[in-house]
Amino acid sequence: MDIQTVHPFVIFFAAITTNNILLTNFLGMCSFLAVSKDLKSSLGLGAAVIFVSTCTAPINWLVYHKLLVPYELEYLQYIAFIIVIAAFTQIIEMVIERVSTLLYLTLGIFLPLITVNCAILGCALFLVIRQYTFMQSIAYGMGAGTGWALAIAALAGIRSRMEKKSKVIPELEGAGIALVITGIIAMAFIGFSGIVRIN
Amino acid sequence: MNKGPVKGLDALKRMLWEENPVIGQILGICSALAVTNLVKNTLVMCLGLIFTLIMSCLTVSLMRNVIPRRVRMIIQVLIIAAYVIFIKIVLDAFLPEISNELGPYVGLIITNCIVMGRTEGYAMANKPYDAVLDGLGAGIGYSLVLLPIAMIREPLGLGTFFGMQVIPTDWTKWNMMVIAPSGFFCLATYIWIVRAFKSSGEKR
Repeated sequence: MDIQTVHPFVIFFAAITTNNILLTNFLGMCSFLAVSKDLKSSLGLGAAVIFVSTCTAPINWLVYHKLLVPYELEYLQYIAFIIVIAAFTQIIEMVIERVSTLLYLTLGIFLPLITVNCAILGCALFLVIRQYTFMQSIAYGMGAGTGWALAIAALAGIRSRMEKKSKVIPELEGAGIALVITGIIAMAFIGFSGIVRIN
Repeated sequence: MNKGPVKGLDALKRMLWEENPVIGQILGICSALAVTNLVKNTLVMCLGLIFTLIMSCLTVSLMRNVIPRRVRMIIQVLIIAAYVIFIKIVLDAFLPEISNELGPYVGLIITNCIVMGRTEGYAMANKPYDAVLDGLGAGIGYSLVLLPIAMIREPLGLGTFFGMQVIPTDWTKWNMMVIAPSGFFCLATYIWIVRAFKSSGEKR
């Protein structure tokens, strides 16, 4: 089936489940492991990632297809994407700071972290490689962000309970056990495969 | 760890074991998990990362007195991105198949936290010579983690090593080793072994 004919909603769903950007493409692991210690901040970061990936995916699509392709500058895509993402997070951070202190404290403090989050850049690179249309890229950005937020919320929930209830081998504490849990979550997500398929 | 600034070869050595970027600082996990199901891809990825690290550490270190502090992050990212574009063009020209398989992961060297961590944490404050050794050390330290994992995953998962058949074809392949979850388990096991080794060394 041609990818351009797939309904955006299907792509949104696939990006959350079968093609989860964290569990199958391993993107955004650094902040995933660092912030997943408590549920509250992981939900804040998750929300920020959903927001930024939903907005930057269509912007990056426009930059790539309307600016880089006509002038045959495709090889500059990395620099273009990273500038778009950095500028976007910077602007949003300033806007949020002005508009609402509460929102800034829950969402804003995570925005600088997101500039170097590979999930956002990976999202932009995937929509070029998979040749999505404009609508599909919005759906993919939203789905990828949601999938990432879902995974970090699940891990944070499990980790905060494990800290109280169970004993871990000392050498495996921290990052080690987080990786094992993530592996198990990834296995659970394999159960989704076959429902929808995009590349 | 705060023994003052580390210079010269010590900067290289500590990255290999004591402060290994992947095991010790848990940085650069994304690519460590994603490319390790084939030894060949892993090798290309490691070489790419070593090149990026050396060159961007050198550049940042040379420019450390002219970069304004407020915008230093974005300038570092742009320097790194420039070298990654160079790698991508070289790969496309000489190894198009591998470049295709690695897909977005070549571009994702830009956001690999190891590179940012080294330029921000070391190259911004040290002389070019030390910065290059530090970058080289971090790159080799990264490869020391990735290559063993790839060497376990590829033979068990596909029965091949570097693309050659090494295990008899009637061997039941562990499909598990090629797909995502085994990456997490292998890395966790590797961290476990290394840390156990380290702590037993400390007791003695």
